[in-house]
Amino acid sequence: MNVLKKVPVREQDPNIRNSNFEEVCLGYNQEEAMEEAIRCINCKNAQCIKGCPVAIDIPAFIHEVKEGNIEEAYKVIGKSSSLPAVCGRVCPQESQCEEKCIRGIKGESVSIGKLERFVADWARENNIKPVAPAALNGKKVAVIGAGPAGLTCAGDLAKLGYEVTIFEALHEPGGVLVYGIPEFRLPKETVVKHEIDNVKSLGVKIETNVVIGKSVTIDQLFSEEGFDAVFIGSGAGLPKFMGIPGENANGVFSANEYLTRNNLMKAFDETYDTPIFKSKKVAVVGGGNVAMDAARTALRLGSEVHIVYRRSEAELPARAEEVHHAKQEGIIFDLLTNPTEILVDDNGWVKGLTCVRMELTEPDASGRRKPVEIPGSEFTLDLDTVIMALGTSPNPLISATTEGLEMNKWKCIVAEEEFGKTTKEGVYAGGDAVTGAATVILAMGAGKAAANGIDQFLTKK
Amino acid sequence: MYTIQKSEELAQKIFLMDVVAPRIAKHCKPGQFIIAKIDEKGERIPLTICDYDAVKGTVTIVFQVIGASTDRMAKLQVGDSFSDFVGPLGSVSEFVGEDLVSLKNKKMLFVAGGVGTAPVYPQVKWLHEHGIDADVIMGSKNKESLILVDEMRKVAGNLYITTDDGSYERKGMVTEVIKDLVVNQGKKYDVCVAIGPMIMMKFVSILTKELGLHTIVSMNPIMMDGTGMCGACRLTIGGEIKFACVDGPEFDGHLVDFDQAMKRQQQYKSEEGRAMLKELEGDTHHGGCGNCGGEK
Repeated sequence: MNVLKKVPVREQDPNIRNSNFEEVCLGYNQEEAMEEAIRCINCKNAQCIKGCPVAIDIPAFIHEVKEGNIEEAYKVIGKSSSLPAVCGRVCPQESQCEEKCIRGIKGESVSIGKLERFVADWARENNIKPVAPAALNGKKVAVIGAGPAGLTCAGDLAKLGYEVTIFEALHEPGGVLVYGIPEFRLPKETVVKHEIDNVKSLGVKIETNVVIGKSVTIDQLFSEEGFDAVFIGSGAGLPKFMGIPGENANGVFSANEYLTRNNLMKAFDETYDTPIFKSKKVAVVGGGNVAMDAARTALRLGSEVHIVYRRSEAELPARAEEVHHAKQEGIIFDLLTNPTEILVDDNGWVKGLTCVRMELTEPDASGRRKPVEIPGSEFTLDLDTVIMALGTSPNPLISATTEGLEMNKWKCIVAEEEFGKTTKEGVYAGGDAVTGAATVILAMGAGKAAANGIDQFLTKK
Repeated sequence: MYTIQKSEELAQKIFLMDVVAPRIAKHCKPGQFIIAKIDEKGERIPLTICDYDAVKGTVTIVFQVIGASTDRMAKLQVGDSFSDFVGPLGSVSEFVGEDLVSLKNKKMLFVAGGVGTAPVYPQVKWLHEHGIDADVIMGSKNKESLILVDEMRKVAGNLYITTDDGSYERKGMVTEVIKDLVVNQGKKYDVCVAIGPMIMMKFVSILTKELGLHTIVSMNPIMMDGTGMCGACRLTIGGEIKFACVDGPEFDGHLVDFDQAMKRQQQYKSEEGRAMLKELEGDTHHGGCGNCGGEK
């Protein structure tokens, strides 16, 4: 074995997976995992832990994997993370734990993400539960949103003995894990549902179909339902559009709509009632992970798919692994290209997308290269669907109905980073609702911080 | 689970149900709506709130069978339940937040078309309970498809009913009644609230614009989550993009781009039609429609 290289992970063949929704990455088996674990040199001053937003004791769990004690490894991870099977799949490890790995200086870093995934999957297959619920301390906390931030906050508080209820607006708990990230990156039944069941097994109650701000307000949770503290993890759900002509045409979707129809409502499965538009040729506008997810979904539904992005490949905000997978599957990248108008036929349907070529300026003082239009470079892509994946911003439903909760100019909730404390007494917040659209693991980190904050607040009270 | 306590066919293919949903019953106000889902595989369907009872914890919904999912809903019996029932969604009608004294000095006209009578009812009822009698125009195809006539009579000031074929009271479109009241009879209204099929709301809005009568309409576009997340329900209102689910469903009728909204409503029409056929006839369609890609 070459210690400078990661043990390769098995994947579904690109030409087979581009027409199914089964998981792309197949993960390590125990033999592969133990072989990879040997590559960890168990640094005393482990840098990888500093790169992890929830500070998992990475060398300790990898040590247990090396010894073949997978259950012990699961317990080590469980001290810091409530959703390891999710994080092992969707965390951007290359810019977090693995970026800091000493192995990475000369050669490839240890495949921490794939090891975490293996441990979590092994625990699920062997029916290992996280720690038993704690004795109740008599205090009630409401958590708004059953996404990564809310589930983490709820799990941590339950472990400390709080009676926790999560209120979820949709009919399924999971937030972006169920409506946003597709099945082929994160299986819903086996992985997501199981991790949520683990949180429930800690004693956390989840009430679905409750839209805070509409079904009940935060003030009413305190005054009428007897909660002692509230955590807001409502995410960033509001889609952005470009503001170009033709955006309200039939066949223009937000990535949120397209992905929600397919992931949450399972439109790809004919036995479900929710329809999804059967496109022949799609342009996905944007270059982030959500754009890759939407593009790879449209491809699997049988369409030719173009990613239209105004900067170059180096600036694509998506994870390198996602871009690589998308290319392997046959997504066409139209880089340095910016849409200017959606062309619409007489019946109101999309018939094309007018774009202009872009070039990048020399780096400015901040080192950023700005995309500028190349004059006279307009051209038209003939297509029937445009999916806008331009990012999202927080939903104003809660801020508009909660007095004393301060927002910043981007409509994000103002919360202290260390403990998630907001401007309203007893109310904490974290995740995309505070930062704007970011990652699953950053939201989990914020949920964890807020659980600490709430515990301190209620212990003092 | 949200249990059905009462189910009644008000007119052909128009159903009323009382559903146990205490949180919604306690918090909903006129102008709002709910989203229901029958079971795991069902769609999320936005539905009109016709009434609510905070004490009993029930919400009354009214819906028309227009596709496979509503057809499935219509078959539910008392004691059956919806797996999901969420709300109240959307903004509350503007007048609910107004000062009662100034509201009492306003003369309001409601125009209810077809199944649109259901969302008009709680608004007129709310006003009646606050000592305000509003005039109501109800329109429908014929006598048989009229709904909630007795209920509306109890809460409305003057009630004018018109049918396309003249089989009940007047004959003609609701717009003709508005013209008659305002132009011929010289009645003065400060605001008109029109709820019904989009085409009706469009023509009411064109007329009231000519008459200089401020008009509110309630839009019912394609919707999925109902919380502002997907943007499927977006409309152009006065040149700006608005989401019906959170910015509406009620908007200034004189600012709505109805033609675009009606085109957007067609988006899944062929998919819905096929689903409906499958429901009615089983798996009989095997291509030839030019849409599904199946062989002839």
